[in-house]
Amino acid sequence: MGMTMTQKILAAHAGLESVEAGQLIEANLDLVLANDITGPVAIHEVEKLNKKTVFDKDKVALVPDHFAPNKDIKSAEHCKCVREYAKEHGITNYFEVGQMGIEHALLPEKGLIVAGETCIGADSHTCTYGALGAFSTGVGSTDMGCGMITGQAWFKVPSAIKFILTGKPSKWVSGKDVILHIIGMIGVDGALYKSMEFTGDGVANLSMDDRFAISNMAIEAGAKNGIFPVDEKTIAYMEEHSTKKYTVYEADEDAVYDAEYTIDLSALEPTVAFPHLPENTKTVSEAGEVAIDQVVIGSCTNGRIEDLRIAAEILKGRKTAEGIRVIVIPATQAIYMQAIEEGLVQTFINAGAIVSTPTCGPCLGGYMGILAAGERAVSTTNRNFVGRMGHVDSEVYLASPAVAAASAVTGRISQPSDLGL
Amino acid sequence: MKACGIVHKYGDNVDTDVIIPARYLNSSDPAELAGHCMEDIDTDFVKRVKKGDIMVANKNFGCGSSREHAPIAIKASGVSCVIAETFARIFYRNAINIGLPIIECPEAAEAIEAGDTVEIDFDSGMIYDRTKGTEYKGQAFPPFMQKIIESEGLINYINENK
Repeated sequence: MGMTMTQKILAAHAGLESVEAGQLIEANLDLVLANDITGPVAIHEVEKLNKKTVFDKDKVALVPDHFAPNKDIKSAEHCKCVREYAKEHGITNYFEVGQMGIEHALLPEKGLIVAGETCIGADSHTCTYGALGAFSTGVGSTDMGCGMITGQAWFKVPSAIKFILTGKPSKWVSGKDVILHIIGMIGVDGALYKSMEFTGDGVANLSMDDRFAISNMAIEAGAKNGIFPVDEKTIAYMEEHSTKKYTVYEADEDAVYDAEYTIDLSALEPTVAFPHLPENTKTVSEAGEVAIDQVVIGSCTNGRIEDLRIAAEILKGRKTAEGIRVIVIPATQAIYMQAIEEGLVQTFINAGAIVSTPTCGPCLGGYMGILAAGERAVSTTNRNFVGRMGHVDSEVYLASPAVAAASAVTGRISQPSDLGL
Repeated sequence: MKACGIVHKYGDNVDTDVIIPARYLNSSDPAELAGHCMEDIDTDFVKRVKKGDIMVANKNFGCGSSREHAPIAIKASGVSCVIAETFARIFYRNAINIGLPIIECPEAAEAIEAGDTVEIDFDSGMIYDRTKGTEYKGQAFPPFMQKIIESEGLINYINENK
């Protein structure tokens, strides 16, 4: 029986000729990741292991990004714990404030993960690196800690759902709209325990930043991973960012899928997920009159340079609506610098927005833009659960950078066409 | 191994942000986390919950963030088992790894109501609703996971096997 792309990567890392869905395997890991929230729990757990040293100091990444720069004393202690562990164990890929960025934008940018590799991270959005053709999935702190020491993790080999993407998205439709559309279609548990494998000639029409956003939110459909085939764009990205040797895996012709969906990218419209689940999607045209208080443009989903360029294109020469707080968060220092060089930061500030240092901050209700009771935000982040960004009676509407920027100008959920764009 | 307690019942897609809101993740102390468990969807849970109680929910329990603080908070609150129609995959792994017993059983998740007294036999996977006099067969763990549970978590399993 043929294997999916994910199954081939897992088989290769488990030293097996082939694997099939449901099989329990132990796979070798190429990268193990934690942050300032999950790292301290992992570090505390691994102290109980007999073996104390990390399996490979070059294959562990520790990124204080969630509540860093430290938002309070307790967060400062967590960051300190991660910092001291990294120093004690000589972890090569520890990124201090000044070098750090939001982990899932930072690691690909630093070239730490490439096609054909396996990665676990104690952060649910670790699935982002599927965009590069890697197997990568989120785990908890104990799994991460054990992976960091042993270099291995156990997996139940997933079955897969195939998404055949065709056509070319229109000007203001991005990867975010594609994945919100898919989650709306299959639900927040539509791919539970499974791989989402994206394929089809439409993939060539998606930029790497689009693909990162799509793979990033595979978890919001319950998926174990969301993976793209490797093409010219992937190779160009890896050659620009990494010196690591990559391996290209392709799904077998006779691979078996639990389901197949064909999605015509040219038919998609700017999409928004209403509270309090990412599956509550509507097109912006169907959204009706929804007044907002805040806009957030950033996160591991949509804080990349292309996201900022799109937002700036819309905000250039315009002003944010009166009374609306607009927060822009470049995901890494390199993206921040690029945004400065391209004049995007100037555009944001002239429009009335603020620009923050990289942090996960508001996405998970940490800091840098918490909502009060009754307030609504349009956000390019990934979750709109009850209380996600602040008070339990606040609301988060998930959307693309284009929709977020247009909404910032009008003060209600809008799309670029509402501004005549 | 058995568990017996009063049921706290929830619906679909209980996410880790409501199990333990991120604003409390600046702590990793189990008792402190337990003090805020479920507070965004069930403000009285912390006051109501007693040692041994059981949580029952519908589909996709524990979806969202990978925070291990979620099963830690539930376990530290005194809950002895979570029964659900399905679990989100990271929560499922985390619960096993930290030794919080969980069972997938759609029939039990559907029929059992808040306030029922429920007993679970982990060896047989049987779930008994003592209030209603009904019983259900839950999905037993595969042998590999049973070994992790028998070792009382992944850490001990690795210490014993690697």
